[in-house]
Amino acid sequence: MSVSSPLPHDAARLHVTGAARYIDDIPTPRGTLHLAFGLSPVACGALEAMDLAAVRAAPGVVAVLTAADLPFANDVSPSIHDEPLLATDRVHYVGQPLFLVVAESHIAARRAAKLGDIRIAEEEPILTIDQALAADSRFEGGAVIWEKGDAASAIAASAHVVEGSFEIGGQEHFYLEGQAALALPQEGGDMVVHSSTQHPTEIQHKVAEALGLPMHGVRVEVRRMGGGFGGKESQGNALAVSCAVAARLTGRPCKMRYDRDDDMIITGKRHDFRISYRAGFDADGRIQGVEFLQYARCGWAQDLSLPVADRAMLHADSAYLLPNARIESHRLKTNTQSATAFRGFGGPQGMLGMERLMDHAAHQLGLEPVELRRRNYYAEAEEGGSAPAPAEPPRDISGQKKGAEKSARSALPQTTPYGMEVEDFALHGITAALLERCEYAARKRAVAEWNAQGGAIRKGIAFSPVKFGISFTLTHLNQAGALVHVYQDGSIHLNHGGTEMGQGLFQKVAQVAASRFGVGLEAVKITATDTGKVPNTSATAASSGSDLNGMAVQIACDELRGRMAAYLAAERQAAPEEVRFEAGAVHVGGATIPFAEAAQRCYQGRVGLSATGFYKTPKVSWDRVRGQGRPFYYFAYGAAVTEVAMDSRTGEYRILRADILHDAGASLNPALDIGQVEGGYVQGAGWLTTEELVWDDKGRLRTHAPSTYKIPAFSDQPDIFNVALWDGRNREDTVYRSKAVGEPPFMLGISAFLALSDAVASCGGGYPALDAPATPERVWAAVRRCAQ
Amino acid sequence: MSKTHVTAKVNGDAVEFLCDPRETLLDVLRDRLGLTGAKEGCGTGDCGACSVTVDGRLVCSCLMLGVEAEGKEIGTVEGIADGETLHPLQKKFIEYAALQCGICTPGILIAAKSLLEKNPDPTETEVRYWLAGNLCRCTGYDKIIRAVMDTAAEMREAS
Repeated sequence: MSVSSPLPHDAARLHVTGAARYIDDIPTPRGTLHLAFGLSPVACGALEAMDLAAVRAAPGVVAVLTAADLPFANDVSPSIHDEPLLATDRVHYVGQPLFLVVAESHIAARRAAKLGDIRIAEEEPILTIDQALAADSRFEGGAVIWEKGDAASAIAASAHVVEGSFEIGGQEHFYLEGQAALALPQEGGDMVVHSSTQHPTEIQHKVAEALGLPMHGVRVEVRRMGGGFGGKESQGNALAVSCAVAARLTGRPCKMRYDRDDDMIITGKRHDFRISYRAGFDADGRIQGVEFLQYARCGWAQDLSLPVADRAMLHADSAYLLPNARIESHRLKTNTQSATAFRGFGGPQGMLGMERLMDHAAHQLGLEPVELRRRNYYAEAEEGGSAPAPAEPPRDISGQKKGAEKSARSALPQTTPYGMEVEDFALHGITAALLERCEYAARKRAVAEWNAQGGAIRKGIAFSPVKFGISFTLTHLNQAGALVHVYQDGSIHLNHGGTEMGQGLFQKVAQVAASRFGVGLEAVKITATDTGKVPNTSATAASSGSDLNGMAVQIACDELRGRMAAYLAAERQAAPEEVRFEAGAVHVGGATIPFAEAAQRCYQGRVGLSATGFYKTPKVSWDRVRGQGRPFYYFAYGAAVTEVAMDSRTGEYRILRADILHDAGASLNPALDIGQVEGGYVQGAGWLTTEELVWDDKGRLRTHAPSTYKIPAFSDQPDIFNVALWDGRNREDTVYRSKAVGEPPFMLGISAFLALSDAVASCGGGYPALDAPATPERVWAAVRRCAQ
Repeated sequence: MSKTHVTAKVNGDAVEFLCDPRETLLDVLRDRLGLTGAKEGCGTGDCGACSVTVDGRLVCSCLMLGVEAEGKEIGTVEGIADGETLHPLQKKFIEYAALQCGICTPGILIAAKSLLEKNPDPTETEVRYWLAGNLCRCTGYDKIIRAVMDTAAEMREAS
């Protein structure tokens, strides 16, 4: 059976031969034009005049468009129509598109775009969290506050109070394929758009608005992206709309791709945060109450910032039962790129706030950090949970017996701060298994012994858990469609609303289809996502790709299977429910009919061999104003232990070893899922270590290329990297009991940040209080601080 | 600006093209010769997605001009396989799931092949540092390293 097989990526052969086509590789028709934006050089001010004569006169330029030239909507916002494609009367950040150059070549368009003579009455920009707070510059009026119990009283009555505040940097997506789109004008004013997007329906919607067409006049196709990570959920709108508008005006195909520097300067990134925490612990380290204050820097337009900031609040508990909690969130508006979706969607920041608090508490209370975490975990799911019972009962690494107090805590309602019962908690088992596998206790002692020698090179080791909520928090997005055809030769055409960005979604869903029909994968043709085939799709985001689309495809396949079974059974006077689709054949009434022959018979018997499938996630409901409900269908779990070495003289460091155990439910494809876990960890560790975004006091992004923005490289790879999947099934009825795996492993990278904190702490003094990313510079400064 | 006539070999085949003297080799390969396997990841020689070989030497084709290819032998990802038969590196990348979105894969294959031609028995550290100029945002690198190490072992056995 092809489900659960570790098959390679569906396009692997195309990838290794260089034949896989990304947008910029699609052969373009003769006469295709190329686009580039002229960008704002200042962060804030009134746009007084633009003299574009030099731009128009530049070689190869066909047209130059400003906001006034746009025929219909001037908006590329995915939320509240606050994001003009081209600036009108004001500019809001350095890099904001002001005008659009249409030229005969990519390089001609880019050269001409530099020639605009722009006059802006420059004003003092709001760039930082402090400046935004001082100016009360924010989205959504005031702060959003969710509460459970009475945190302030619980903290006041606690034996220990831990408090602090830290900064969390943003992150550039750095998808290796930059944003790109290609628009092909059709007869009667229709438009076909190829876009590197996670959200074809949104592209269709925005292009239709910009062309004054109903959505049926626009068809969007996406075969693959060269990475997305959330950065192609809304950030492709500007390119697709530009191409479509220019194609409409010129009647010629139009293509646009951002150069890397432009991509980094124009597009939104992960939100940076400041999080303040104050928590009360009892004498044994059990949390009594906690208060979080989250400040999110959202940039100039709202984009997806509200749900991102919501998810940061939703993950403020990380993996711990908080009897009393108060979470306050501020969504601040600044003159910087409009921060957007990025793998985890606010979850990583919220979770890091809690893990940072745990790290600080362990230091202050003198408790072993993993033991402190386990004492505060939610109670393990009793039965039918995410995982089978571990081979051995979880052992406390401290050697302490689980006391009555633990049971008392288990007796508390296992609800999150937003009132959702945690029914599938699996981290006790995962933690115990991981600690044993990676010999945590022995290595922790070895690290302590190494550091006790007092050398310049210090080591650190740290554990962090992940509990990540799966579903779009905007409940209506939890729906998906599929379209499946069986042709009369038995070959199968598969289509669904999910997009392929490298994660292997297409292969996983094809495995589902092949399994339903009992045929080999070679019988299933994977086809490009196409708004003309499956309408009204949600973004491939929130890790939901295979959960939603796999289920929609399963439903479509089962519909076809039912029709085929009914016909074939009637032919042979057999019962339809006894018909089996297995091993490339249909087994009916004692006969074995090859699948191709079965399809042919059904065709001749006038059986409809095309079906749609539709799926909506059950059980979810969410009141975001009250902060109450069940926003998630289930949780995905995981845990990591990272060991680092750090040079206390320079702050430089290396990750020596990482061990991960991650819960993908009953994996649809372990090879692809482990790939997601490894890539997620490395990307998460990059976010918190070397990936630093720097804006100067004029609001110019100074880290606008890989020369200045450091994502992990081969040479940063841990020497030892052990990654395994936790052997469990989803207790909820997901596709083949699998679990979503796109975002959750990203947060395993938090263990690398905490390991650096551990290494710095060995230098003595107080709590290291690292900000993120913990660049070598920051580590060096923390060592100096601790030494004083 | 007048175009320059250039004669070179690409993947063993003689090619001729006219190009603007300011055009990069990457643009020539992609836009004039229709070989889109090499990708532009950054355009500044920092990501390795445009890696090709020039007379056997590994270069970023975004940092070289098309006119500089005159008389040179260029190797791109399209020339790694022998017809339908994949190179051992290509097979191992598939076997080890050493790719995700695939856009960095051509550059990494070119770089890895160039390493194994110079050094058929690299240590893991040598592989990591040789490939350090090729960025990948999806995989976390580990599977790629395993694939390259295993290819090297298999090719040593076969030779």
